[in-house]
Amino acid sequence: MHSVVCIKQVPDSAQIRVHPVTNTIMRQGVPAIINPYDLFALEQALRLKDRFGGTVTVVTMGPPQAEVALRKALSFGADEAILVSDRAFAGADTLATSCALASTIRQIRKNMPVDIVFTGKQTIDGDTAQVGPGIARRLDLQLLTYVSRILEVDHGARQIRVERRAEGGVQVLRTALPCLITMLEGTNEMRFGTMADMFRAARAELKVWDRLAAGIEDPSLVGLKGSPTVVGKVFAPKPRALRAEMIETATQEPKDLAVTLLAKLFTQHPRIERELARRAV
Amino acid sequence: MAEKFDAIVVGAGPAGNAAAYTLAKGGLKVLQLERGEYPGSKNVQGAILYSDALERIIANFRDDAPLERHLIEQRVWILDDESYVGTTYRSAQFNQPPYNRYTIIRAHFDKWFSSRVQQAGALVICETTVNELLLDGKRVVGVRTDRQGGDIYADVVILADGVNSLLARKAGFHPEIKSKDVALAVKEIHFLPQETIESRFNIGEDEGVVIEMAGKISQGMMGTGFLYTNKESITLGIGCMLSDFKCQRTTPYALLEKMKAHPAIRPLIEGGEMKEYAAHLIPEGGYDAVPPIYGEGWLIAGDAGMFVNGLHREGSNLAMTTGQTAARTVLDLAAAGKPFSAKNLARYRERLDDSFVMKDLKKYRRAPEIFHDNSQFFTTYPELLNRAAHTLIRVDGVDKKTKEREIRRNFVARRSAWGLIGDAFKMWRAFE
Repeated sequence: MHSVVCIKQVPDSAQIRVHPVTNTIMRQGVPAIINPYDLFALEQALRLKDRFGGTVTVVTMGPPQAEVALRKALSFGADEAILVSDRAFAGADTLATSCALASTIRQIRKNMPVDIVFTGKQTIDGDTAQVGPGIARRLDLQLLTYVSRILEVDHGARQIRVERRAEGGVQVLRTALPCLITMLEGTNEMRFGTMADMFRAARAELKVWDRLAAGIEDPSLVGLKGSPTVVGKVFAPKPRALRAEMIETATQEPKDLAVTLLAKLFTQHPRIERELARRAV
Repeated sequence: MAEKFDAIVVGAGPAGNAAAYTLAKGGLKVLQLERGEYPGSKNVQGAILYSDALERIIANFRDDAPLERHLIEQRVWILDDESYVGTTYRSAQFNQPPYNRYTIIRAHFDKWFSSRVQQAGALVICETTVNELLLDGKRVVGVRTDRQGGDIYADVVILADGVNSLLARKAGFHPEIKSKDVALAVKEIHFLPQETIESRFNIGEDEGVVIEMAGKISQGMMGTGFLYTNKESITLGIGCMLSDFKCQRTTPYALLEKMKAHPAIRPLIEGGEMKEYAAHLIPEGGYDAVPPIYGEGWLIAGDAGMFVNGLHREGSNLAMTTGQTAARTVLDLAAAGKPFSAKNLARYRERLDDSFVMKDLKKYRRAPEIFHDNSQFFTTYPELLNRAAHTLIRVDGVDKKTKEREIRRNFVARRSAWGLIGDAFKMWRAFE
């Protein structure tokens, strides 16, 4: 069983701040973390390894600092880690990113066939949920998004059965391996790595693949050149002027409260009052 | 298969980093364990960096260490409820590199320090808590971490695990710390634009100001407040003895809120956005509270060894110096092929006794007790001083001689003639 887990190093969005004067995002001092959704993907891959044996390879595309994220993944128990890093990849949107990662996975499976590619359901900095499907499409893998549980892996029949969250319910899907799974959050809990894994992660010599090592001949497919997305403008939304208001009445009687509340609503939204009056007639 | 190292350092604060760096540079196989998510994630300090101690460890630290501002001005304020009397020392000499003191943000600084430790060759592992020491009889032979397969062996273990010193306590090397020996400090970081800070404190780019405060802000408890200027933020906080907090049932945050509302302090942080809130214990028991700091196969450095000079607000420099000294003691023994027995490691304590660390702690050994028993230094005197200043400065038709007499009368009325003499003597003994 060989799983490839695609992870991304992202700024901890809980700690990002907007500069009060310039309104720009302040990145300095914001810790970089593994995209939290990716951890559910990694843990799922590790659980499959626990059950069936095999290898978990972690891949990330990013600047050299992304090494920290890969080491962390190793410390949880991943076997191999590949950093796909090249100046040519800078400025990539989801299209260019999925192109680069798909090409990387093609190179990986030259050495060892890949059964499942895992990603998180989306990243917390881009929030697009496009890269996973983009990889699946390029590698012609069966695509299973928002998977909450893997029910069964049948190696002989090369089949997998999963639960997937869908609008209004849970779907149980069966498909052929190899496939790509985007893992839903809250579906498992990342393990506490062993001391041996901590040592291995701290000492590991990470593989760094540049554009050519990742098998990308045409530089116009990746990075800024391969990205049709253009960021027109970045701005901080204005805080809403209206704030929550406590409305109190002398009696605390539900009827009085309702009357006060309606009066308040009608003064702010005369249209509602007119509409209600019209219907009442 | 359990790993074996020449030395294990527990903790990645200033003491642990100084020790691990020195040991690794000395060629030993070093493992440093830190329970926080990254080095510095659990650490709290004001913070001012005193260059000297770090310079003796990493001479060129100024090249790439994240430093906020070098200090050119020191203010000392004695506060009453609405006023303060104070002194200021500002000197152009402080603007001559190499600078002597800097404000720093510890989260950034500790990460940098740790990167230097790793470059020096030490293996640094975070998010791993050492639960206990592995003992062979009385001899420490390694540590047990909270991870599966977590026993790790070493010839010597340096405990730089911070103020609570849990490991040494668990191993029975010293009893639990007493609440009268630790201060509880709280601080906030308020974000302000660089230009605002520079105009508000009358300083240029990279220049900084420190304000040390004592008086009624501590509400009768033994303690002091502080305010430091960082590049784009202001740190302010207050610390008092834990035993006093217990007695008075005051909460630290209420103390800080009151301090922030003081008419002399409020305008300095006006318009700031609170960025960070932190609280920490500071070991301020002084000389007589220093526990045993060495034994069979172990040494203690930094806060864990009570190495803080509370009166002068020095701590991180003592931590670095004790960490470095512990490491040097280990390196000397390793070079001589001698075992890390208590008898041999006693050299660590001798070295500290000969250094500023123990000399300073000894000089002020009586201060904690004297200030603890004489709260008038934090209440009555600030009030008297402020009233005296007010009386003298106000122009109201009263002649100066009468004003002076009134000031004298106030002092005698509050403390009596013998009380004043006694207090002066106590003050002298505290600082002697």
